[in-house]
Amino acid sequence: MSLRSPLGRARGLGSAKSGTQHWWAQRLTAVALVPLTIWFVIAMVAATGSDHATARAFIGNPVTAVLLILLIVATFHHAQLGLQVVIEDYVHKKPVEIGLLLFVKGAAIVLALAAIFAVLSIAFGGS
Amino acid sequence: MADFALPRNSKVQDGKTWPKPEGASNTRTFKVYRWSPDDDENPSVDTYTVDMDTCGPMVLDALIKIKNEIDPSLTFRRSCREGVCGSCAMNIDGTNTLACTSFTSEVSGDVKIYPLPHQEVVKDLVPDMTHFFAQYREVEPWLKTDSQPPERERLQSVEEREKLDGLWECILCACCTTSCPSYWWNADRYMGPAVLLQAYRWLADSRDEATGDRLDQLEDPFRLYRCHTIMNCAKTCPKSLNPAKAIAEIKKMMLERQI
Repeated sequence: MSLRSPLGRARGLGSAKSGTQHWWAQRLTAVALVPLTIWFVIAMVAATGSDHATARAFIGNPVTAVLLILLIVATFHHAQLGLQVVIEDYVHKKPVEIGLLLFVKGAAIVLALAAIFAVLSIAFGGS
Repeated sequence: MADFALPRNSKVQDGKTWPKPEGASNTRTFKVYRWSPDDDENPSVDTYTVDMDTCGPMVLDALIKIKNEIDPSLTFRRSCREGVCGSCAMNIDGTNTLACTSFTSEVSGDVKIYPLPHQEVVKDLVPDMTHFFAQYREVEPWLKTDSQPPERERLQSVEEREKLDGLWECILCACCTTSCPSYWWNADRYMGPAVLLQAYRWLADSRDEATGDRLDQLEDPFRLYRCHTIMNCAKTCPKSLNPAKAIAEIKKMMLERQI
């Protein structure tokens, strides 16, 4: 039960003066992922049946390594931006919502760093 | 978490079947949502049979005939009966539209009539529009200028005036806003397609001098960016307008002032 006026309720806490960056980043990463994903799928199909040494040489190639890191960053950034919107849309209990947002962003950072670390350690010739 | 349980009064029951008109050969069946705040009953769907030989062609004609001749307690809004006032917006045959511009003959089978979706119901087909109009008030839908008022009309070029076409025709019937899933889940913070189209009507007006302030008020993850381009708004608009395009234009303006 609230006796707040309809206009007061509609105005709420006012405009957050943000949102454009999020929206634009989601579109840019989506566009970037189109060629990167096509390249990655073709490369994986072409690598079918290759041995371990060939795979290491492929990932160790500077061009491949940079493209892979780009793919990893774009994928996880895009995924966490999109999941954030889904959570904000559907989860309306604030503590649950904030917990899920932190979990999704944390998981994206950890997974992206682990993937980048894997690429770099192969590229820099670690054993 | 998301709402899994239905709120109170959500389960719709079978209602009363009203007597058929005697001696009528050309009849149609109307299934109409009924709910009254005066008792504790859940909503029900009443069945009316209307003699189409003595009824006008529009769904609104049938509703008025039902109210006049069968059941005076049936409650709905209507005013202009020609698609310019927006009062008789309701969900007909699964689509939000105006009863006064919908032909009964274009509905196959029983004509199912419900109030606009996901709004509080005042009674029967009358939804509570308080929040919708408060949101409209929030975008300050009037011309705002700081320049000295001119001696005569504020002039606009033909091209500038053309930018308002597809916007000024909106009658605020709320068909689009109440068809939008994003509005269903976040109506408290998301403005909804109708109000955003109206906001763009002032953003696109060459005579207005408050464009930046208007954009500031809209730049918000919920107010504007809850639009996920679902496009139900454009599909359902009884005036054939495209609120989704207006929202996209607002997003373009947001970007334009940053890059």
